Amino acid sequence: MTAQDPKAFQNYSEANPNFNASLSDRYRLDKILEFAAWTATFFGLAMLVILLITVFRDGLFRLNWSFITSYPSRNPSAAGILSPLVGSIWLLITVALVSFPLGVGAGIYLEEYASDNWLTRFVDINIANLAAVPSIIYGLLGLQLFVRWMFPITNGRSVLAGALTLSLLILPVIIIATREALRTVPDSIRQAGYALGATKWQVIRIQVFPLALPGILTGTILALSRAIGETASLITIGALTFIAFVPELSLKGLQSPFTALPIQIYNWVSRPQPEFHTNAAAAIIVLMILLLLMNTTAIVLRNKFQKARG
Amino acid sequence: MSVNPLSTPKDSSLWQPNRSLNKLVEAGVKAIFATFAFISVATTIGIVLTLIFETVSFFEKVPIGRFLTETQWTPLFANQQFGIMVLLSATLLTSAIAIAVALPVGLLIAVCLSEYAPAGLRKWLKPALEILAGVPTVVFGYFALLTVTPFLQTFIPGLQGFNALSAGIVLGISIIPLVASLSEDAIYAVPQSLRNGSYALGATKRETIVSVVLPAALSGIVASFILSISRAIGETMIVTIAAGQNPRLGFNPLVPVQTMTAYIVQVSQGDTPAGSLAYNTIFAVGMTLFLITLALNIFSYWFVRRFREKYE
Repeated sequence: MTAQDPKAFQNYSEANPNFNASLSDRYRLDKILEFAAWTATFFGLAMLVILLITVFRDGLFRLNWSFITSYPSRNPSAAGILSPLVGSIWLLITVALVSFPLGVGAGIYLEEYASDNWLTRFVDINIANLAAVPSIIYGLLGLQLFVRWMFPITNGRSVLAGALTLSLLILPVIIIATREALRTVPDSIRQAGYALGATKWQVIRIQVFPLALPGILTGTILALSRAIGETASLITIGALTFIAFVPELSLKGLQSPFTALPIQIYNWVSRPQPEFHTNAAAAIIVLMILLLLMNTTAIVLRNKFQKARG
Repeated sequence: MSVNPLSTPKDSSLWQPNRSLNKLVEAGVKAIFATFAFISVATTIGIVLTLIFETVSFFEKVPIGRFLTETQWTPLFANQQFGIMVLLSATLLTSAIAIAVALPVGLLIAVCLSEYAPAGLRKWLKPALEILAGVPTVVFGYFALLTVTPFLQTFIPGLQGFNALSAGIVLGISIIPLVASLSEDAIYAVPQSLRNGSYALGATKRETIVSVVLPAALSGIVASFILSISRAIGETMIVTIAAGQNPRLGFNPLVPVQTMTAYIVQVSQGDTPAGSLAYNTIFAVGMTLFLITLALNIFSYWFVRRFREKYE
C-alpha cells in the first residue's frame, strides 16, 4: 500500500473496520464524545441545583422559629420538628459514641495487628460485602436483634435500638476509612518508634494514630452524615412517627421511643395535603443544613490537622 | 567523679519500663480490637441467621412453590397470595430505569473529570458530586414525587401520580455520583504512558479513551456498575415515596407499582405482631433481596479478580 495508490488505501480501510481513513470523521466523533461527557457532567450538576432550588422554593417561607420549636401535629400550620430534630441529634451522639471506638479499633486491628492469613482476608471480604448490603436489611436485623431479643436492654423501639442499628450500618465505612488513613502513615515512623524501644501499642497510640486521625475523623463524620439521612432502616425497626415529647437527657432517655428528621419528612411527604408537603420541604432544609454543617466540620478538621502535621 | 544522671532513683525510674504491664496492655489491646473486628463478621452472621430463621418459619406456613409461581401479592388481604414475582418485577423495572440513567451518565462524567476537565475545574466538580452523593434518599423521594412526576406529566399522557418511571429516573440520578466517583478512580489510575503510546500510534483522544483507557480500567468500571446496580435494587425511600404501594405484575412504567423494599416499609409502618405471617413475609422478601445483592457482590468480586490489570 502506497500513497500513490488510493484504491489500495481504501481497500485497506474497508478490510479493517478499526481504521477509519477519514480524519475529519474521526475528529467529528471526538467532538461528539467530548460534548457528551460535558453534557453528562452539567446534567449531574443541574440536577443538584434544581433539587436545592425546588426544596428552598417550596419550604423556605415556612421555616421559622416556631417551626423548629413545635411538636409534629395534625394541623399542618401548627406542626413543627422539635421532637424529630432532637431525636436526630440523640441518634447522632449515640451512634458516634458507639461506632467510632468500634470502627477505629477494628480498623487498627486489621491494619496494624492482623497477619495476612485466610482469616484476615475473610474478614476483609466480609466488610466489603457488608458495605454493599441494602440498609433496609440492617433494619430487619435491628428489628429482630435489638428490638425483640435485646428488649430488656433497649426497651424495644427506642433511641438505643435505632442507634445500634445505624452503628452497624456505618461500621464498615468507618473501618475502611480508618484503614485507608493508617495506610498513608509511612512505615519509617513506626520503625523509628520501635528503634526507640516503644511497644507496638505505644507506637500506634503515640506516633501512628495522631497522624491518621484527620483521615479517620473525616471518614467518620461522612459516615455519620449518612446515618443522619438514613430512613429505611429506622422505619423498619418501627421508629414511631408521632412523638410529642423529647427524650430526656439521661440514660433513661436512651430507652425512650423516638422519631427522626428523615422519618418525619417521609411522614409528611406521603400525606396528600400540599400543606404537609410544604412542611416536608422546610424540614428537608433543616436536615440539609445539619448535613452541610457536619461536612464543613469534616473539611475544616481535615485542613487543620493537615496544617499541624506539615 | 561525675555522677551518672540516671543513678538517682527519681530519674532511673524513667528507665524502668514495667515490662509485664506493657505486655499485658499489648495483649489486652490486641484482644479487644480483634473482638471489634469480628463484630463485622458477627453482623453478617446475624443478618443471615435472622433472615433464615424467619424465612424458614414463613415457608412452613406457605410452600415455596406458591412463593415462586403465584401471580398476585396480597399477604395482607383475606385472599392471601404470595407471588414474589410481583414485587420482583417492580424492583427490576425501577432498577432498570435507574441503571439506564446512571450508568451512561456516570461513566461519561467519570471520563469528563479524568480526561477532559482541567485540573482546576476537577477540584471543584468532585466535591459538588460528593454533595449530590450525600443528599438523603428521602429528599430524592420528595424530588421525584413533587417535582419530576408533575414535570413528566406535562408531556407523557397517562402518567399517574405514583409511577415507576419517575422513581426510576430519580433513583438513577441518586446513584450517578457513585458510578462517577468509583469509575473515575479506576480511569484516573490508568498510567499516562498508555495514553501517550496510543497517541504516538496516531489515535485521536476519543480513540485513546474508548480503545485504550476504558479497557484498561474495565475491572474498576464494572465493579462500580455492579455496586450501583445493587444499590438501585436495595434502595428504599425513593421507590416507596414515588412509585406507590400497589403490587402489580408487569413492566408498565406509567402506573403505580410496589417494589420489594417498599413492601417491607409498608408492613413495618403498621403494627405487625412478631411471629405473624405478615411479619414473616418481610423477612422472606428481605432474604430475596439479600440473595440478589449477594450474588451481584460475588460476581463483582470474581470479575475484579479475573480482569484486574496491574500497572507498575
